[in-house]
Amino acid sequence: MNKAKRIDSIFKHGKAYVGYLTAGDGGMQQSLNAALALIKGGVNILEIGVPFSDPIADGPVIQRAATRALANGTTMRDILKLTTAIRKQSDIPLVLFSYYNPILANINPSFFDKVRDAGIDGILLVDCPLEESEEFHKQCIMRDIAPIYVLTPATSIDRMQLINEKAQGFLYYACRKGTTGMKNELPADLAEKIQLIKANTTLPLVVGFGISNREMAADVLKYADGFVIGSRFVKAIEDGVSSDNLCALAQALNPIGN
Amino acid sequence: MNEHITTESNNGRYGEYGGMFIPELLIAPIQALTDAWNKAKHDKNFEIMYKQKLANYAGRPTPLTEVTRFANTIRGPRIFLKREDLLHTGAHKLNNALGQCLLAQRMGKTRIIAETGAGQHGVATAAACAHLGIPCVIYMGSTDMERQAPNVARMRLMGAEVVPVNHGTATLKDAVNEALRDWSESFDNTHYCLGSALGPHPFPEMVAHFQSVIGTECKEQCQTQNGSAPDLVIACVGGGSNAIGIFSGFLDNPKVKLIGVEAGGHGMKLGEHAARFRAKSRGVLHGCFTYILQNEEGQIATTASISAGLDYPAIGPQHADLYDTHRAEYVAVSDDEAIHALQLLAKTEGIICALESAHALAYLIKIAPSLDKKQIIIVNLSGRGDKDLPQLMQQKVIE
Ligand SMILES: Cc1ncc(COP(=O)(O)O)c(C=O)c1O
Repeated sequence: MNKAKRIDSIFKHGKAYVGYLTAGDGGMQQSLNAALALIKGGVNILEIGVPFSDPIADGPVIQRAATRALANGTTMRDILKLTTAIRKQSDIPLVLFSYYNPILANINPSFFDKVRDAGIDGILLVDCPLEESEEFHKQCIMRDIAPIYVLTPATSIDRMQLINEKAQGFLYYACRKGTTGMKNELPADLAEKIQLIKANTTLPLVVGFGISNREMAADVLKYADGFVIGSRFVKAIEDGVSSDNLCALAQALNPIGN
Repeated sequence: MNEHITTESNNGRYGEYGGMFIPELLIAPIQALTDAWNKAKHDKNFEIMYKQKLANYAGRPTPLTEVTRFANTIRGPRIFLKREDLLHTGAHKLNNALGQCLLAQRMGKTRIIAETGAGQHGVATAAACAHLGIPCVIYMGSTDMERQAPNVARMRLMGAEVVPVNHGTATLKDAVNEALRDWSESFDNTHYCLGSALGPHPFPEMVAHFQSVIGTECKEQCQTQNGSAPDLVIACVGGGSNAIGIFSGFLDNPKVKLIGVEAGGHGMKLGEHAARFRAKSRGVLHGCFTYILQNEEGQIATTASISAGLDYPAIGPQHADLYDTHRAEYVAVSDDEAIHALQLLAKTEGIICALESAHALAYLIKIAPSLDKKQIIIVNLSGRGDKDLPQLMQQKVIE
């Protein structure tokens, strides 16, 4: 299936259940098993996190996962092998989720071709905002890879519109200030903020940052087109969850269709 | 306009370097800061207030001291030290901390956070905040807290909360990470007072501007004392703030040679030093595209230096550009050379300088015999060495 089409078709047919994993945490085989378990458990868009030594947007759970993955010697080549392996067994959209420097260090004329050939449908660069993303953006578009951008509670209306014009696939609303990590409640202004975003953008909207239980996910889906679970899965992997139990956790967190 | 003769950036860039590689969440506070800074830097009242604080609180101007016994001992030319060690709190860092804290107050911020390596920026921020009545939190790597213990005590005495950072390498880079994480949650009421000429725009430009007072004074003092400009200016380079501060007075005079000295640590391998220009590798760290120490996968390398203030894997973007355009030259000296320079200055002149500043002196010691004796050399003595005494005792340099 055509890349952009894979992402589009998720939103055409329903809501997105986005799962995040730090690649290489527990080794590449463990990452593959975990990815397949999440997919089996209902995740229909998978974010593959590239570990980075200095993850300034992440809280302790994902920081620790990155440290473990790097201690395992995880490289970009390993990560593209992982996505290639996932792609062989699944047709869900795969989004590469990375800080800019590991991408920069690997950029050569064929890098984005390799990314495309590894089955990746979209890329989100945590620390490469619109102001700095021109070249990256162009490379993505040329290969039908969706450049994905983040909105936050502090994003102005003008900027939302600008980002919506540039972005493809979907918009990622990081719904609170601070870093990634599990929270027990959604922010009080969520409905209002999503309405504002929806009134000013056209792309599908997924909401993430702190969603850690089924009730929160269900609430998000009242207003948005999808939700993201990150730290909750990463923590389960840290705690040594089996593939079966990870799949069961994914199912238990999923308010879609049950 | 020749972009190399001022500290001002070209829309956040110095040549290719700089930029604002930050998470979307930090765009709002960075834009607010940029707006406030663009207004403040052209506001006469702000400048007057800042200059008054520098004179009446910080103790500017600092002297330019000729050190003839030191010069004779190393068979060098005429050597002058720009005495930032005599600034209140003991290092150049206060020039920047006062400027940013005044700006924060003007922006209505009620809390200040900062990172610190050697502890000098933390001490300067703690002092500025106590003086201006703003609560502050200082992030500091636990390794640095140990090796710069006197500064931790000073910060706490001035009412700052010092938060140890244990992860990563537990040094300056990790303290910056933690400060950025705090800021991404707290920016509504909090200003992040970054301590060197690095990070995302507008920090490099703003910090360089506040530190340019060193160069402005120094140029005038040299002219008054010698009737001419110096032939060579040497400064140590951590993030690059004291160096860009003194260089800024001479960027428009191509006859003045500029040398930045990085931390050569204890070896040539990645992980054994903090000499960014040794690896000549470029990338993005803490919001800024510049020369950084990294592995081939773009993971930031660990660094090593006896000097906590130079122990950082990225160099400020202005220096990256000055390097590429050959306006300044960058070299490195080892831990041992820096310790030797500190000892020699103490013995010959009765001045105990910071281990950071000792790097600049150490390079001068190396080249002194080859310099024309009539030359005038200025070394930026960025700070005093009291903070380093525990470390020197541990190294058995002193009993
Ligand atoms: C005395 C002194 N000099 C130099 C530095 C290095 O910083 P920069 O390169 O920003 O001047 C520090 C940093 O802590 C310092 O304390």
